[in-house]
Amino acid sequence: MIHFVLHDPKDTVAVVVVEGVKAGQELTGWIMDEDRTISLKAQQDIPIGHKLALKDVKSGETIIKYGHDIGKAIADIKAGAHAHVHNIKTKRW
Amino acid sequence: MISNKTTFWGYRRENGRAGVRNHVIILPVDDLANAACESVANNIKGAMAIPHPYGRLQFGADLELHFRTLIGTGSNPNVAAVVVIGIEEGWTQRVVDGIAKTGKPVTGFGIELHGDHDTILRASKVAKEYVQWSSELQRVECPINDLWVSTKCGESDTTSGCGSNPTVGNAFDKLEPLGVTLCFGETTEITGGEQIVADRCANGEVRERFMFMFDRYQEVIERHKTSDLTDSQPTKGNIAGGLTTIEEKALGNIQKIGKKCKVIGVIDKAEAPTGPGLWFMDSSSAAAEMVTLLAAAGYVVHLFPTGQGNVIGNPILPVVKLSANPRTVRTMSEHIDHDCSGLLQREKNLDQTGDELLDVMLRTCNGRLTAAEALGHREFVLTRLYESA
Repeated sequence: MIHFVLHDPKDTVAVVVVEGVKAGQELTGWIMDEDRTISLKAQQDIPIGHKLALKDVKSGETIIKYGHDIGKAIADIKAGAHAHVHNIKTKRW
Repeated sequence: MISNKTTFWGYRRENGRAGVRNHVIILPVDDLANAACESVANNIKGAMAIPHPYGRLQFGADLELHFRTLIGTGSNPNVAAVVVIGIEEGWTQRVVDGIAKTGKPVTGFGIELHGDHDTILRASKVAKEYVQWSSELQRVECPINDLWVSTKCGESDTTSGCGSNPTVGNAFDKLEPLGVTLCFGETTEITGGEQIVADRCANGEVRERFMFMFDRYQEVIERHKTSDLTDSQPTKGNIAGGLTTIEEKALGNIQKIGKKCKVIGVIDKAEAPTGPGLWFMDSSSAAAEMVTLLAAAGYVVHLFPTGQGNVIGNPILPVVKLSANPRTVRTMSEHIDHDCSGLLQREKNLDQTGDELLDVMLRTCNGRLTAAEALGHREFVLTRLYESA
């Protein structure tokens, strides 16, 4: 089963694509652009569609998805933790 | 697989365009004419009123857009004939004259000096003639390059960018070389991906016009914003679905234009494109607003990817919905025309889901009702540029 997907191998976040991901669960991720899988342990419960961090990210660092800048971290995020509006913000507007 | 031999069964209109629906519409020029239009549609089975809240004391570019949208709606080849009703005859006639250029049957009625009763009586007699006439029109086989296909996504989530939007992109990459007329837009929702779109423009002139439209809309946001637009763009639904920033939403959004399509031109809101290929329409990103503008520009079938489950339809433009979110497909199945959630479990590839979507689209063009049509979704929402006088 694929638990999360990412587009580009450079991405620092990935999307959970199944319901019911729980803290501590070993997850399988699919790098769509390269068609290969990776593993990661979830640090928190993460709802379907929400993102997890693929590596430790420091506050202020740029978040990469689709191989592109999608905003900046506003708090430190641990690999496997829930990454969303509480710790990422737009650089626009 | 589609090819240049692919055909669909459409209605050939007087001006040569091909429609995939055969509506007789009762079109109000203004809010005041809604009641009469709805009465006529109630009297005459098979006629459809499309009420809206505007059309009084508008001026300048906002008024021009109002007329362009109403005339475009009546002119769309999915419409066989039109009855136009307005509070007075001047603006009513302007809409009638605009639609009449297509050669299709159209008649207008002003309410002043007559009242609702007399207007409804006379308009109902014409609507009955139109409905009976149009009911004898037959579908004919049309080449694939007669199709005008638009796209716009809604209630997107992260599965949109991974699954349903790239599925539309795959379909667009297959339609473009066949000479199909395509469109995307949602100007603010490209924020963060604007350079990617700019790089896909066919030449410097198109690129310059695209960036002009993009920068102009950014200025609108800067002028009126009171926050970073969180809950508006991305919407509350987007955020609930896992989308965090406008940049993330934009990069997912532009998956709809595929990997190969070039942007051959930029059109204004409700403006008709002038040739085949992929067009960018400067527009709001609100679903019903933009789909209404696309219908007015002349598009006859629409591909609508959704993540969290937008339920939109349009009175005259069939809206084909697809989703890659397995929860949405399960909990809102009555709204989904194409389930592409298999993509995210690696059970299918984009080429397969793109082909499946094209198959659903062609069946829709041949007459299959979309989920939105079967459910009665007829959202007709006019874009306003500023206050009335």
